[in-house]
Amino acid sequence: MELTAIVKRDCETCQMVVSVLSELSEKCQLIVYSQDDPTFPEALGSVRDDTALEESYRQGIEAVPTLIRHDDGVEVGRAIGWNQAEWQELTALADLGASLPPSRPGCGSRTLDPGMPERLALRYGGLTLNAREIEVPPDVDPIEVAYDRGWSDGLPVVPPTDLRVAQMLSGTTRRPDEIIGVIPPNLIDCTVEKVAINAVMAGCRPEYFPVVLAAVEGALKPEFSMHGLLATLWFSGPVLIVNGPVTRRIGMNAAGNALGQGNRANSTIGRALQLVVRNVGGGIPGEIDRSVLGNPGKVGFCFSEDETDADWTGLNIARGAVPGSSTVTLFHGDGVHGINAGLATNPESLTNALAMGLFSVTHPKSCEWGNAILVLCPDHYAIYKNAGLGRRTEIESMLWEALKRPGRELIRGAQGTEEGIDPERVEEMINKFHVGGLLVVRAGGKGGGMSGVIGGWTAHRNPEQVQIVSQEIKL
Amino acid sequence: MSNERYIMRDPTAELSSVTRPRLNPPINLSGATIGLLSISKERSDEFLNTVAARLAEQGHQVLRFKKPTHTKPAPETILQDIVAQCTVVVEGLAD
Repeated sequence: MELTAIVKRDCETCQMVVSVLSELSEKCQLIVYSQDDPTFPEALGSVRDDTALEESYRQGIEAVPTLIRHDDGVEVGRAIGWNQAEWQELTALADLGASLPPSRPGCGSRTLDPGMPERLALRYGGLTLNAREIEVPPDVDPIEVAYDRGWSDGLPVVPPTDLRVAQMLSGTTRRPDEIIGVIPPNLIDCTVEKVAINAVMAGCRPEYFPVVLAAVEGALKPEFSMHGLLATLWFSGPVLIVNGPVTRRIGMNAAGNALGQGNRANSTIGRALQLVVRNVGGGIPGEIDRSVLGNPGKVGFCFSEDETDADWTGLNIARGAVPGSSTVTLFHGDGVHGINAGLATNPESLTNALAMGLFSVTHPKSCEWGNAILVLCPDHYAIYKNAGLGRRTEIESMLWEALKRPGRELIRGAQGTEEGIDPERVEEMINKFHVGGLLVVRAGGKGGGMSGVIGGWTAHRNPEQVQIVSQEIKL
Repeated sequence: MSNERYIMRDPTAELSSVTRPRLNPPINLSGATIGLLSISKERSDEFLNTVAARLAEQGHQVLRFKKPTHTKPAPETILQDIVAQCTVVVEGLAD
C-alpha cells in the first residue's frame, strides 16, 4: 500500500489533519504534495513541492486534502476532505484520527482556480493547439498585428493567445480537431479550434461558444447558401435569432435595444460567425463579398427572442424545435427599419399598419422576392393580446391576409416606375412573401408602438435554393 | 520587460501565400472555342445571348454553360467541361 496526500497550507482542514498525516508517515509509505507551500506541513520531514500543480493536475485533484491509495502502483481508492470513516477504511487503520471530528469538508484545489484548468492543460499536455503560431514582435501591439494580417473586420479584435483559445474551448465538450464543416468561399475544412480562435477575437465568452458553433453549423447547411449570401450585391448578412434556455444562461438581451449595442453576447456571437467566414473561408469585402452598400449588421447581427409570455410560441418551437431546447435560427437579413405605428389601437388597424411597413422590403412593388423578420415590440404585442389574439398563429394569419395586394398596383409600369412584377399577373391578388417567408419575433422594450423590420435577401425569391435554417445548440 | 514570447494562434485557413500566375491571354481568338457561362441570374441569358450573337457574327465557335443557381459555386463537373472544351470563357453576370 502506498499513500499520496495532496494538501495546501491555505486550508483549515489540511491543517487539522497534520497529526493524521504524521501518524500515516510513521506507519505507511506516504508521499505528501503541497500545492501552495512546500514547507507545509512542517511536522513532516519531507514534503514535495507541487506549487506548479503538475502532480495535482495529473491526479485530477478537485479538493484538498485528498488521500489516494495505490496498491502495486494501481489506484484503488481516494478520500476527499476529512472523513474519519473513509480515511480509516482506505488506510485499514481503525483508530486513525480518532481525536478529530467525524468529518469536515476540504477546500477547493488550486487546479480549479479561475483559468487554471486551461493553463494546466496547455502546460502538461492535456490540450494541444494545432493552429499556426504567430509571434508578435517585442514592443508591437498584438491588436495592430491582427490588423496588419487582415484578421479584423475593421474593429479591434481580442488577441487569440493560447490561454484565451483554451478557455474558449472549455465552453464545449467537442474535440478541438473536430471538423464542423466546409467554409465558403474557399471551401476550407474548419475545425472547432479555428472557430474558437475567431470567437476569442470577436470577444465571446466561453459560455457563448456552443451558440457560435451552432451558428457556424447552421450557416454551412447547403440550403442556407452562405456562399451566395457572402457574394451577393445585396445588403444582407447572416442574422441570428437565439431561442431557449441558453439565452438566459448567457445573459442575452431580448428587451430594450435588443437589436442595438450594449450586450456582450448579442454583439459578439454574430461577429464570431462573420470572422470565421472572413478568416477561415476567405470571404473579404471587395473580393468575393461584392455588396454594393452592405449594412452595419454585417459586423455581426444576433439577438434573442422575448419568451417571457406564456401565450407566445417561440420562433424555434414554431419551426419544429423540441420545447426546452435551445436553437439558433439564421436569416439572410439587412439592416433594421422601423414602423412607427403608435396610433393603432386595435389588431386590425395595427396589422394594416405593420403590413404597410413590410411592403417596403426589397422594394414596395416587389413580391415573393425577399423575406422578412418582423420584430414585434411589446406595446404592439399587447394590442393583439388584449384583444384575445396573442398567439403566434393568430398574428401571422392576420398579417398574411393584410400582405396581399392586387397585381394591377404592382406590375411593371404601375405607379410610374418600371420596377414591379410580371404584367401577366395584373388580375391576381399577390402575396408579399413566400409561405414561411415572414418570421415574427418578439423583442424590445416597452414605451413605444414601434416594431422593426429586418428585410431579407433578394435570393429568397428562389425558396427551393435559399432557405432560413434553424440549428439546435448543444450545450 | 518580460522576455516571454507573445504568441497568437492563426485564425485563418493557413493557405500558402504563393499566388498562381495567370495564363497568358491568347494573342487572338482565331480558331478559339469560346465558352459562355451563365450564373443563372434573371438577365444573365439576355446578356450572354447578345455576346453569343456578336461572336457568331465574327465566325467564332461558341459553347454555352449554365450554373444551376447563382447562390452557390459552379459544380466541379461544369468547370471541368469548360476546361476540356474551351479556349477562353466569359462568365456572365446581369443585374
